[in-house]
Amino acid sequence: MNYLMTAANDIDIMIKGLFSYKLFGQEFWITTTHISILIVMATIIILAVIANRSLAKKEEVPGTIQNIAELVVEKLDGIVSGSMGENASKFRNYIGCIFIFIFISNISGIFGLRPPTADYGVTLMLGVITFVMIQYNGIKVQKGGYFTGLFKPIPILFPVNVISEFATPVSLSLRLFGNIMSGTVIMALWYAMVPIFFKLGVPAALHVYFDLFAGAIQTYVFCMLTMTYIQDKMNG
Amino acid sequence: MFTGEDLILACSAIGAGLAVIAGIGPGIGQGIAAGYAASAVGRNPGAKGDITSTMLLGQAVAETTGLYGLVVAILLLFVKPLI
Repeated sequence: MNYLMTAANDIDIMIKGLFSYKLFGQEFWITTTHISILIVMATIIILAVIANRSLAKKEEVPGTIQNIAELVVEKLDGIVSGSMGENASKFRNYIGCIFIFIFISNISGIFGLRPPTADYGVTLMLGVITFVMIQYNGIKVQKGGYFTGLFKPIPILFPVNVISEFATPVSLSLRLFGNIMSGTVIMALWYAMVPIFFKLGVPAALHVYFDLFAGAIQTYVFCMLTMTYIQDKMNG
Repeated sequence: MFTGEDLILACSAIGAGLAVIAGIGPGIGQGIAAGYAASAVGRNPGAKGDITSTMLLGQAVAETTGLYGLVVAILLLFVKPLI
């Protein structure tokens, strides 16, 4: 019992504030999430610069880096055009961008960072961006039919329809947050609670499941659902 | 010896345990989805890739309700909003 109590103090899952500052009388904090996002962004920028360098002197027979870059672009293109059809060209950039960002964020747990997507602030913003895109494209494509669509099938269902519109970003963001957060919590519990013997080797398998597998699946699901919702509204 | 805070902590732990019972529903749902996907692959092995991605998407959506329970449990245990 005593052992468990002392171990419980080592559990380290929360976001920590590193540095505070005041702005307009409000107190704000630079937290571990900001640092993780900066590292993730730096990684993406470095990868992009490397890919750009290699594509600048592209060859008939592609080398290793050119091959990888072409593979990534082709796969992302396939995902977008597979689920959006003729609307794909407008959303290719955005979906590819959030796919790479969420994927690298999710797997950053392997490299010892606290994944940025395990902070609800980050995933909620991603959900809100999706929400704005859904509504904007719905109004742009369906015009007035968008607003009458809220009163279907019978007018008394209007509040329910509005609530279901607002539930979309919440469920999207909570899904991503819950999956990554549960992985983070389980890894932290494992590192804090088990005897030293199980800390060698075993966490590798857990990391592969919780960080790589769950992270990749949730990235795919987030992008897939974003595209499905937008496509739904555009076909009205 | 016992303070009100202790009582709230104990009840929060019980509540967190009750909240993750929400995992039962998604578990059953995901099992049913995987079973149908397996039988679909058995009937049409050529469509394995499409069936797998559809199954994973459906399972991830079905998982959401269980995750709501998990989020409530995590809030109760680590954020302690009631104290």
